[in-house]
Amino acid sequence: MLRIAKFPIAVFALFILVFPWMARQIPAIEHYPDIMVFAGIYCLITIGLSLLMGYAGQISIGHAAFFGIGAYISGILTTNYGMNPWVCMGIGMAVTAVVAALVGTPSLKLKGHYLAMATLAFGIIIFIIFNEEIEWTGGPDGMPGIPGLILFGFEFDSVERYYYLVWGFVLAVFVFTVNVIQSGTGRALRAIHASESAAGAMGVDVARFKILVFVYSAVLASLAGSFYAHYLNFINPATFDLFFSIKLLIMIALGGMHNIWGAIIGTGLITFLSNEWLYYFEEFEVIVYGAILLFVTVLLPEGLAGVPGIIKGWFRR
Amino acid sequence: MSAGIEENVLELQGVVMTFGGLMALSNLDFNVQRGTIKAIIGPNGAGKTTLFNIIAGSFPPTEGTVKFKGRQIQHLKAHKIADRGISRTFQTVELFGNMTVLENVMLGCHTRVRTSFMASGFVLPQSRHKEKRIRESALKILKFIGLADKFKDSADSLPLGEQKLLEIGRALGSEPELICLDEPAAGLNETETHVASSLIKAINAKGTTVLLVEHDMKVVMKISDEILVLNYGRKIAEGPPEEIRNSPRVIEAYLGGEA
Repeated sequence: MLRIAKFPIAVFALFILVFPWMARQIPAIEHYPDIMVFAGIYCLITIGLSLLMGYAGQISIGHAAFFGIGAYISGILTTNYGMNPWVCMGIGMAVTAVVAALVGTPSLKLKGHYLAMATLAFGIIIFIIFNEEIEWTGGPDGMPGIPGLILFGFEFDSVERYYYLVWGFVLAVFVFTVNVIQSGTGRALRAIHASESAAGAMGVDVARFKILVFVYSAVLASLAGSFYAHYLNFINPATFDLFFSIKLLIMIALGGMHNIWGAIIGTGLITFLSNEWLYYFEEFEVIVYGAILLFVTVLLPEGLAGVPGIIKGWFRR
Repeated sequence: MSAGIEENVLELQGVVMTFGGLMALSNLDFNVQRGTIKAIIGPNGAGKTTLFNIIAGSFPPTEGTVKFKGRQIQHLKAHKIADRGISRTFQTVELFGNMTVLENVMLGCHTRVRTSFMASGFVLPQSRHKEKRIRESALKILKFIGLADKFKDSADSLPLGEQKLLEIGRALGSEPELICLDEPAAGLNETETHVASSLIKAINAKGTTVLLVEHDMKVVMKISDEILVLNYGRKIAEGPPEEIRNSPRVIEAYLGGEA
């Protein structure tokens, strides 16, 4: 049985809870909660991507677009129309769900790498729209003045408050996704990964499940986009380019695609690498990512989440 | 056994299948009686697997009708046909290698699960309850096919003989009325073949109708109630084993030349 242990989740939740306090004690990492907010936002995307790619075996290179759609819908509706940010977040997710279903339905019917190609093209189109629809999006200069989040008079105006908000959502989404993986739905997704024809013959509605998981992962990316917009109060198209989609893939490849924990581990590491530790590499950052991807695919196909298994294997011998 | 329409669980009429210019099946009619074991034999390329793929909904026939329990199914997708009560195995083993033996059979029970994405994400009691029931019935099936002690193993790690049995077990998960077995004894040694054929007999004894494609004539002659012989997509003989054994047309098709 595929069982995902509860204990590590509890430890992880505890770590999330005390991390800001820990960071306050050590001046060198005082600013880490800020980076953790970004890591949390990206985790929302990669948890869905892990379910889509690692479990169901469908490759998407266009999730930056769904991330961007969420961010821009939140940005446009709050700044131009003064709408409630939480309502905008919901509208963003609903619109993304429809867009994902429209993009996914024809391309998921095809086998192999067609979904990857279709999502790649989709991502590029959306990126062009963000750049060109200057009247709505502000074009390459971006869109400033996006308000912060307030819930029943409580303002998420400090890094720590936003940190708890985002990570609260990450934990909820993580637990939800873990439950899906452990259910009949998760089993059906893994069956589709292994053999679509056998899954179909056993009564799994292959097309429906593929669209369902694609839409789910897109909606999570949209939610992440809204959080991103309201945290930075500013967005511009460069954030949602093809390279970001690829970075998301590197995150789950490094962490380990076939394990939901991989999404968290890989996202955390890559976020800290790009926001903090790779600062000195400047333009050469991309080369480091390339090296990481090469290293992982050749030497650690299971990603970092597979390392405990490898170590266990040594002891068994 | 009741008479009339109910007697034939599966009825094919005028089934034609062409791939480009190639005629894989031409104007094929045949029925499968409820509660029997029917074997389809024929030389390589006779159209046996094509026929299976049509019955199980991998693709629709070019022409003709397939009726299951009196209702047309030839236009339905594979998963809908599974819902109606037809299950199958594959000639080349198509197990879910990324899952355990138990999970493979549990996936076989999918038609009986019906959990929604939301219900499973929030772990609603109904979905947890269903999962428990499915697990129990999967374990029962594993006991029946003799793989109960390997339930935790990865499906990939089993030897071929057991993989073939597991495919049958997975196909039983949906509690089908008709099970289609595509060469269940291919690649098996004598002992394994014996195990497989007694298993097929046992499945049939429980009331499941069996349709089977097989090259091992000993197995076919021993367990089938009726045999359909195909050659180049045409029916050349149909009848009980003893009749087929002595049919000059069948001998000619297999051995070539004048009989």
